[in-house]
Amino acid sequence: MKSAAGISSRCRDLYPGLAEALNNRSPLDRLSISRRRLQPRRWGVIALACLLLSALPGAASAADAPTIRVGSKPFTEGYVLAELAALQLEAAGFRVERKLGLGGTLLIWEALRKGEIDLYPEYTGTLSQAILKLPDAAPGQIRAALAGEDLRILLPLGFNNSYALAARGPLARRENLSAVSQLAALPDARLGFSLEFLNREDGWRALSAHYQLPQQPVGLEHALAYGAMAAGQLDVTDAYTTDGELLSYDIEVLEDDRAFFPRYDAILLARASLPQDAAAALQPLRGRLDERAMQRLNAQAAAPGASPRQVAAEFLQLETAEPPLAAAVLNNTLMHLQLTAIALVLACLFALPLAVLLSQHGRAAGIALYAAGLLQTIPSLALLAIMVPFLGLGQAPAVLALFLYSLLPIIRNTLTGIGAVDPLLREMAAGMGLSVQERLLRVEIPLALPTILAGIKTAAIISIGTATLAAFVGAGGLGEPIITGLTLNDHRLILSGAVPAALLAIAAELLFGWMEKSIAPPHLRPALRAREAARMRGAV
Amino acid sequence: MATTGQRPPGAVEFTDLGKDYAGVPALEGVTAELAAGAATAIIGRSGSGKSTLLKCINGLAQPDRGAVRVFGAPVDYGALPALRRRIGYLVQGGGLFPHLSAGDNIGLLARLDGWPAADIARRRNELLEMVQLPLELAARYPFELSGGQQQRVALCRAMMLDPGILLLDEPFAALDSLTRLEVHEQLLRLQERRPRTLVLVTHDLREALKLADEVLLLNGGRLVGRYAAAELRAASRVFASAKEGGGVAGGANGSEPEQLLARLLEEAA
Repeated sequence: MKSAAGISSRCRDLYPGLAEALNNRSPLDRLSISRRRLQPRRWGVIALACLLLSALPGAASAADAPTIRVGSKPFTEGYVLAELAALQLEAAGFRVERKLGLGGTLLIWEALRKGEIDLYPEYTGTLSQAILKLPDAAPGQIRAALAGEDLRILLPLGFNNSYALAARGPLARRENLSAVSQLAALPDARLGFSLEFLNREDGWRALSAHYQLPQQPVGLEHALAYGAMAAGQLDVTDAYTTDGELLSYDIEVLEDDRAFFPRYDAILLARASLPQDAAAALQPLRGRLDERAMQRLNAQAAAPGASPRQVAAEFLQLETAEPPLAAAVLNNTLMHLQLTAIALVLACLFALPLAVLLSQHGRAAGIALYAAGLLQTIPSLALLAIMVPFLGLGQAPAVLALFLYSLLPIIRNTLTGIGAVDPLLREMAAGMGLSVQERLLRVEIPLALPTILAGIKTAAIISIGTATLAAFVGAGGLGEPIITGLTLNDHRLILSGAVPAALLAIAAELLFGWMEKSIAPPHLRPALRAREAARMRGAV
Repeated sequence: MATTGQRPPGAVEFTDLGKDYAGVPALEGVTAELAAGAATAIIGRSGSGKSTLLKCINGLAQPDRGAVRVFGAPVDYGALPALRRRIGYLVQGGGLFPHLSAGDNIGLLARLDGWPAADIARRRNELLEMVQLPLELAARYPFELSGGQQQRVALCRAMMLDPGILLLDEPFAALDSLTRLEVHEQLLRLQERRPRTLVLVTHDLREALKLADEVLLLNGGRLVGRYAAAELRAASRVFASAKEGGGVAGGANGSEPEQLLARLLEEAA
């Protein structure tokens, strides 16, 4: 590790604002326990920050230091810009909580509005058109609209990441294609756009009207589009002017010759309540990047083995270390387990008594099954997104979604299991004088137990799979490396989430298999062996 | 097992009883009084309403017309569990709960009633001895028992709370004839030791004559005949063959009870 003084002086040279911010951290001076305890000098704070950066990124430091929560949408540039902000803040001694890869503009906007995050990188075009719905607003109007939400534009990052249409190189050369308007003459061109571009108001619909384009585009994940173009399966896609791939693929960016696309200047969007010294610590990022620089950072971050954090740290000439893979996998796995376990336990506590009650009321049982079935048909991402405005980000919406998905298998199997009890035994239990409750507890539920357990098993396995989507709402878990890996095209990262998730599902299968054997009514355990033995004797 | 004039507990009274299943009458106009402490057999062909009549006693069937009085009071359909715990119930195959050991099957009601474990064990062992089952059988599960053992365990279960009435719904139909005779003997011994009101549904007149004091003949849901078992026994060679167990091997005597049953039905018509 480099000496604290060395880094600090370099920080000072490179980022006068940062050094200034570090020197003027009066609220922290009063609050920071660690500083008092460890090293009551200015360098101590910096040394501590650097130590935390290099040794314990993300771990808790001084308990009283304000934690700044930095968010990003799930695409490479979003990760890189968020890391730039996060590293800059960490270098200034702030604790940073990264909520990266949140699923989509409206979701992250809600998160910012509700104070679930403090800042995230956004673009002026997206802000005015898709979020505020003020397409022709002057900057003053935008500022006022943001102020109404207790938000503000912290600083512009310096580049314009506009949408552009990018054409496959060979096609562009063959058709002499250089501008978007020329596409109108190529009705057979195969167009594929990111789902967001396909659906947003200022996206394909407006573009095709503006340029009178006849094609029927397909939707696909943006990260896959360049690969599909290189393979000759796609002719035109939406691109961002800062896409790193523009440097490495044979792609022609088409000129927006009828000025359709608005400017998408990158900004840091923050809550008005962001502490002044944090805002000051971020000022060195003002105007630091142009399109070229951003293309390079994006290309570097997407390269195999690279991570947005390393790329951002190199750019800022800071040192950073990510948690070792094993620790990250373990951490994600535990988080994943926690999410599914909480949801499953809650679902059992709710659904089991409900289903037992319903088993006594045929019509209500039908209605409840129908309702639980309807819940099951809501796509997971949609369900997660619906909940964010009410529950915010993090585990709460994820747990609730998993809880809701778990209801159907548990209720259905409990009803089926109780319904399948031999009617003669049911009549016997009634005839010998057991009350309804005694019949349920002593006869029907014990006999239905294997079926009920199978329902819980199904719910557990569904939850383990669905929980990988919880990363979109910042709940962490094994979905986090999967989503990040998909965005960055990093197979190692994808596998570090997908493999443990698959193993968890298998482990759940085995665990429940073992439980079925040991909790099942005794007659079902040796009976299988006895029946088998009888069959064998019969065969002989 | 003579009947007495008064109405001691255990008496069952049917008054103009009617019961429909899906609009089709299963019982119609049945009026009868079952003597307390006596064994009454209900016989008839399948579908004659025998089981339905039996289930009217413990409320498993609720009559659509007429009334049922048990233990001298009208059946309270709002408090059936309490009534049923005073009425033993034994069905074909035994109906043992497969997830409970034989001992737990026998002791289930007593445990629900809060008996101390020691009392449950004492009563259970007493019953097992009475039906001549080894005590260690209590630890086994029903699937580990033979059909006869299961039926005897079921009998113990029905007797656990010492009910005033014991309902037997073709309980021996699934047993082989030797085992059936053994269980018959044990049932008779139980009755000898402490007579209780016993209602037996069977299609086997020989069994009815052997176990019952009185025989009710049902046909098409109507009560068509009522006989003292002793008279029928005397009137028929069936008595002799049944009493000596001569019918076991089948043979010439095997068809006599059926013939008698047919003749009784003919007369009733």
